[in-house]
Amino acid sequence: MARLVIDPITRIEGHLKLDVEIEGGKVKDAWTSGTLFRGFELILKGRDPRDAWQITQRVCGVCPTSHAHTSTMGLEDSFKVTPPENAVILRNLIEGCQFLHSHILWFYHLNALDYVDVVSALSAKTTDPALVAVQGKLKTFVDSGQLGPFANAYWGHPAYKLPPEVNLLAVSHYLQALEMQAEAAAASAVWGGRMPMTMTSPPGGVNCMVDLDLIAQFLFRLKKVQAFIDNVMVPDTLAIAPFYLDWAGIGKGHANFLSWGVFTDPKSRDPYKSLLPRGAVYASEGLTAQKVGPEMVTEDTTRGWYKDGPAVNPAQGVTDPEYTSYDTNAKYTWAKSPRLNGKPMEVGALARMLVAYTSGQPTAQSLINGTLTALGVGGKPEVLLSVLGRIAARTLEAKMVADEMIGWTTALAANLGAGNSKLFEQYEIPDKSSGIGLWEAPRGALGHWNEIDGHVLKNYQMVVPTTWNVCPRDEKGVRGPIEEALIGTPVHDAKQPLEILRVVHSFDPCLACTVHVIDPDTNEVRKFRVS
Amino acid sequence: MSGGLAVSVCYIFDTSIFERTWNMRGGFIRGLFDIDRRDFLKFCSATAAMMGLSEAYAPKIAEAVTTAAPRTPVVWLTLSCDSGCTEMFIKAKRPSAAELILDVLSVEFNDTIMAAAGEQAEENLKNAVDKGGFILVIEGAMPTKPGYGTIAGKDMLDIVKEVAPKALAVVAIGSCATNTGIPGAAPNPSGLISVTDALKPLGIANVNLPGCPADPKLLVGVVLNYLLFKKLPDLDELGRPKMFYAKTIHEQCERRSHFEAGRFVEAFGTPEMEKGYCLYKMGCKGPQTHGPCPTIRYNDNASWCILAGAPCIGCLDMKWPDAQSPFYGRLAGVSIPGFGGVQSTADKVGKVLGAATAIGIGAHAAATAAKGGKKGGGE
Ligand code: SF4
Ligand code: SF4
Repeated sequence: MARLVIDPITRIEGHLKLDVEIEGGKVKDAWTSGTLFRGFELILKGRDPRDAWQITQRVCGVCPTSHAHTSTMGLEDSFKVTPPENAVILRNLIEGCQFLHSHILWFYHLNALDYVDVVSALSAKTTDPALVAVQGKLKTFVDSGQLGPFANAYWGHPAYKLPPEVNLLAVSHYLQALEMQAEAAAASAVWGGRMPMTMTSPPGGVNCMVDLDLIAQFLFRLKKVQAFIDNVMVPDTLAIAPFYLDWAGIGKGHANFLSWGVFTDPKSRDPYKSLLPRGAVYASEGLTAQKVGPEMVTEDTTRGWYKDGPAVNPAQGVTDPEYTSYDTNAKYTWAKSPRLNGKPMEVGALARMLVAYTSGQPTAQSLINGTLTALGVGGKPEVLLSVLGRIAARTLEAKMVADEMIGWTTALAANLGAGNSKLFEQYEIPDKSSGIGLWEAPRGALGHWNEIDGHVLKNYQMVVPTTWNVCPRDEKGVRGPIEEALIGTPVHDAKQPLEILRVVHSFDPCLACTVHVIDPDTNEVRKFRVS
Repeated sequence: MSGGLAVSVCYIFDTSIFERTWNMRGGFIRGLFDIDRRDFLKFCSATAAMMGLSEAYAPKIAEAVTTAAPRTPVVWLTLSCDSGCTEMFIKAKRPSAAELILDVLSVEFNDTIMAAAGEQAEENLKNAVDKGGFILVIEGAMPTKPGYGTIAGKDMLDIVKEVAPKALAVVAIGSCATNTGIPGAAPNPSGLISVTDALKPLGIANVNLPGCPADPKLLVGVVLNYLLFKKLPDLDELGRPKMFYAKTIHEQCERRSHFEAGRFVEAFGTPEMEKGYCLYKMGCKGPQTHGPCPTIRYNDNASWCILAGAPCIGCLDMKWPDAQSPFYGRLAGVSIPGFGGVQSTADKVGKVLGAATAIGIGAHAAATAAKGGKKGGGE
């Protein structure tokens, strides 16, 4: 039995280490470990509640907007204030840009290099002048000997299956996608001032300037991104998938899915009517959506570097850090283990699309059914419970969100035209209160719990997407979602564990937000090395 | 689903999409490796202006970039932070991220974008460091307690101490690296220190580019300065390039005339807000904060904070965020024109505020400001 440690896992945000046991060319067991700690909850204590949405944005540079909105919604719950319809629309637009930017970036820059062999693109035979030009540039780049970010990857690994021509096409799209994720961010800056770190979504509504000229600027940028998704990203997904169909049978994991819901319906505000609705799917009990609530969440600390105690709801959350040592038989990570009704839950685009699909959301149904048919697996949505399913779900979700954003923009313009330009609702900060914000980041379910006392924050807890996915075992020894999904993954060459990266990357882990509170005074932390 | 005006079209796939990609590809690949010549010259003039150089420098910048063979190697370490500066970096336009990565710089190590992982990633770092002659960019602060932040089992602080002495120059990008930023805010739970403090014992000085996040244009400015003049730009006493951080936001703000005329926003969602009045009373930290935000603007010139409607929260300040919080609390010690106050020069305002905030507005001030149930929209 071989033991393999990959540290750092790259092309994710933050710092993740992975420990796997391999037997007979397959993963037999796995442990995921977050290796960096910060301490946002401690920093928030005693501050003006209105600062929380700005500070918590800095939990994550990839999905700051989602933290901003979740925090703001939790504060509005505390302040008992309801933002006006236009504010809900504008937040959907700002959040939508965040989703588009994040999914494009993930697809082409964080994930694609596990499937696209950049070096093989050099031997593509093509007469297309545009592709010839890209190939020529690539050759110059490689000949310069300075491969930069492409250096020393697993190029030539037998698990790369694309013909050189498709690799070349994908490389050219890699570059174009860099521009497009920047364009999506620029679109959100029209309203938010900049991205990352949006400036205009405080509790009460939005404080951005809004007029038809800005709407036109926004649409101009959004339409470019939408065209890229329709004409490049969706076709690329369909073009590449047939070469990797075996990945529809790898990385299934527990197959429990949770979505808090995102993109609020500006009229009803009902989370079950959000574009991507709230709900949970337990695949072993059939593909049906069930209702969920924040009271079902507990956090278990058995295998994380925290003092043992009963698993509790985040509203009663205590964080008592206690670093012992890196020991996969005991404690091995800074992540806690969140559970929904005691079960580990996968979160992210696949979870949202499955909840939408099983809730009967018509766009999700037609997109998913159409894709399954195009790939020759019509009527078999269970193939989505896989690495390939996670990839497809992100692409389809990007398409769904981009299309809907055009609709919201039109609705905003219509409201302005009809004389409804209300953007903000006044409120008082209560002396004592508490609130919950539930929403989705591109990477999955995000919840913020706040408690206010004496007009300042007394307690603040976050349960973030990557904690759901990258968490360790719980007290019953049940693995976290990524750990479970890795079981059975084929590994051709332990020195080049490309297949393992594929499974981990399919969850789009973002370690920046996983690691929570650590008290500097409690204990000495020993350095660890793993052989 | 949004209101009745939603124009989203249900989309049914068919296999012809695959063929369409192949047919349409010509239109979509505009030779992305190529820097369009006209755009490029525009970028060079804009960069010259940003660096405070005359237009005559534009061709020299062009030459420095295009003839810099081999491309300038960059080692980019992401430490304790949220990778927001990497995120901002890859959103660069004019020059675009693709141009920066492929044509101007040679990014030898950046764990967010690099293809290699694990052992191979470590090897890339080692190779780059052994070769030397690279610019070291550090994003994020360093935990001082062993084990609080590790990469490949090594403490981040040790990595920095190993790599920095081999670098041509060290640039701290973003508030976490320059002054520990948000994760280092009171009570600084993981005992973070800044790059400058980490390198002081080694006798190594560094460039500071504070900002949360810092714009990549600033990094490009520093690198180009190096290519053009073979030295780092002039720095102030805090290590910030004077070309970017000499003026306050307030000095350069479009809303300044409203400030001078005493026209203020008193709450969000009001007619004064729609008219674009000064945001000082909404807590704007522009008078206290040094930086180029109004001139460089963000995300392909799309906007910047105050233009979009938000009071500045001072994220480019070297004391961010404790000296700025509460963000919506009004700055003390500014004489407001139009209210019988003395007309203060921007300079004076900056100095007064510097002194006022040096005392440190911490959690206690936050408590006082929020007490009494102040209106959500104002102060
Ligand atoms: S106080 Fe703020 S909004 Fe007003 S002029 Fe100064 S920088 Fe601009
Ligand atoms: S304007 Fe203020 S808040 Fe905005 S980026 Fe500049 S310093 Fe930061």
